[in-house]
Amino acid sequence: MLTIKNLHAEVEGKKILKGINLEINKGEMHAIMGPNGSGKSSLASVLAGRDNYTVTEGEVWFNGKNLLDLAPEDRAREGVFLAFQYPVEIPGVSNLNFLKTALNEIRAYKGLPALEAREFLKLTKEKQQLVDFHSNLMNRSLNEGFSGGEKKRNEIFQLAMLDPQLAILDETDSGLDIDALRIVSNGVNKLRDAEKSFVVITHYQRLLEYIIPDFVHVLYNGRIIKTGTKELALELEERGYDWLKEELHLKESV
Amino acid sequence: MINSNEIIDDIANKEYEFGFSTDIEMDMAPPGLNEDIIRFISAKKNEPEWLLEWRLKGFAAFKKMEFPKWQHFEMPELDLQALSYYAAPKQKKQLNSLDEVDPELLATFEKLGIPLNEQKALTGVAVDAVFDSVSVATTFKGKLKEMGVIFCSFGEAVQEHPELVKKYLGSVVPHTDNIFAALNAAVFSDGSFVYIPKGVRCPMELSTYFRINAQNTGQFERTLIIADDNSYVSYLEGCTAPMRDENQLHAAVVELVAMEQAEIKYSTVQNWYPGDKDGKGGIYNFVTKRGICKGTSSKISWTQVETGSAITWKYPSVILQGDYAEGEFYSVAVVRNKQIADTGTKIHHIGKGTKSRIISKGISAGRGDNSYRGLVSVGPRAENARNFTQCDSLLIGNQCGSHTFPYIESRNKTAMIEHEATTSKIGEDQIFYLNQRGIDSEKAVALIVNGYVKEVLNQLPMEFAVEAQKLLSITLEGSVG
Repeated sequence: MLTIKNLHAEVEGKKILKGINLEINKGEMHAIMGPNGSGKSSLASVLAGRDNYTVTEGEVWFNGKNLLDLAPEDRAREGVFLAFQYPVEIPGVSNLNFLKTALNEIRAYKGLPALEAREFLKLTKEKQQLVDFHSNLMNRSLNEGFSGGEKKRNEIFQLAMLDPQLAILDETDSGLDIDALRIVSNGVNKLRDAEKSFVVITHYQRLLEYIIPDFVHVLYNGRIIKTGTKELALELEERGYDWLKEELHLKESV
Repeated sequence: MINSNEIIDDIANKEYEFGFSTDIEMDMAPPGLNEDIIRFISAKKNEPEWLLEWRLKGFAAFKKMEFPKWQHFEMPELDLQALSYYAAPKQKKQLNSLDEVDPELLATFEKLGIPLNEQKALTGVAVDAVFDSVSVATTFKGKLKEMGVIFCSFGEAVQEHPELVKKYLGSVVPHTDNIFAALNAAVFSDGSFVYIPKGVRCPMELSTYFRINAQNTGQFERTLIIADDNSYVSYLEGCTAPMRDENQLHAAVVELVAMEQAEIKYSTVQNWYPGDKDGKGGIYNFVTKRGICKGTSSKISWTQVETGSAITWKYPSVILQGDYAEGEFYSVAVVRNKQIADTGTKIHHIGKGTKSRIISKGISAGRGDNSYRGLVSVGPRAENARNFTQCDSLLIGNQCGSHTFPYIESRNKTAMIEHEATTSKIGEDQIFYLNQRGIDSEKAVALIVNGYVKEVLNQLPMEFAVEAQKLLSITLEGSVG
């Protein structure tokens, strides 16, 4: 579904990604871990199309389309969803109105008619229950005055509503207490199916106790330096990243 | 990939969409401002002697006045002698129905999206269409007449109801008020007149579409609305003008009088030609609007959506004379390219227990400059007066300006005055967030802006709110992508 080949990117002249290779198939759950500043969030931003990143080399294919050629909104319409690390607040725009606009834009792109108000509300109710999202947040302005946890839960609710093929969760666990973490993880697990793929970016193994990944990748200095299964995450939790760095330096010095 | 700065540039530089003009035979006075012209206008309109006297008093006051210097923009050079002070479409006979109206004139309204016929049939809006200076079509008159409501052109009111005009003309905005009001008093062309009798709730929104169409023609509309005891009226004014190279001055005067327990709601959507992206051309919209709540528990509410004009300079105000009277001001002002807006309100609390509410939303894009200027004054008699003011600014891009000049004067210890203000910017982060949810940048800006102005648009009558929302989207739309 998603193929990343030798992806290099920089921001303000600074090289951030230095040759990422990654293959993600339908239905897979990939976790990306790594120390601060390794390029995890940058990878998410580049995939979503944030314009302060410049791709200098490499390719990204999504369902046979060159993702890098598409505008951010078209990537979203093709089925790439980014759950933001820091969701923005947009005063005056109700959560509901925002979601309706987004959903109908995506439907229009796919040649589908806009959802009728009744159908939309039905869908809203259904997904709200699925991911345990408070209905009193629905009519509030988008993320305005939401707590950190509420914002993250709103991201998962949007994910449920927009039903993308690929969901990238950028440190969705950061700033969550243990209850919120469980609710968010439950939501994600309920959304998992054979068609949908996930990339979960996280610092901590904690999240991966709830969301069991098929693969764990370690990103360091703009590259994936190790790939393993969920056991790798446990090992990282125990030993930190230093042994991996050493391993890498040894390899590079040979 | 789209760069947010490009979007912002597009938005900022978009050309005016409604620029076109109609060829219609004009009956025009020679350019110049003097007593003879004033007498000519008065004679042309077959006015009584007292009105001519009043015009001449206005002219005398005008001659003694100078342009103000306190505004937050550079006053453009105005050659008032170069303007022609009278223009009227030639009409051979009185019209009985819309069918008799010049088809080209009707076509102009169609282009503006104001199909009179449809409006008449569908919306229940009585439309008094002012084309340049003379009213050409009035609908729904019969029904209003039955209820005793007078809704007609100013000129007609002078002929048919001189006692009312004489009693109230200049009673809220005197001919000495300011230089533009004095000029208007001297040379006012036409406008609308509304009288709602005691106890009558006007059954429909009264609406007038103004449109400037003649080159070098200053527009000096005059509107007078009187709501007698226990009456109610909602009045809508919307404007859009054709593309012109030369600046056009518009110095209108609007006077509102609300008697005991009466309520007047006055809504404006203003979309006159703003000039090109370098600020060339465009309308100077220097208007004096003021209402007086004369009676106990009366209410006046101003709502304005200002998107056009090179310079918008006006402060729709309310004098709360009656006890427990209420005044409101809801405003959205948008500037882009090199547009300037210096607008706000003045609320004078005179009676006891008077209340006022001010909600101002400024939007600045391009190199536009937006100022809110407001005065809340509380007099010594105004026990327990209350005011709430909220004035917000939204910036798009980094070359625009936004300023707030709130003045508060209280001479009564029991008064409670609140003022809140915010400034925010449409950030690239916000646009990207919406992009990432499948919403393109143009729609994203419209979504954010419409959310921002919702509180004001909610004050407009339904069909007008929809129109205003569309107008805001068109105004801020760029060819994104």
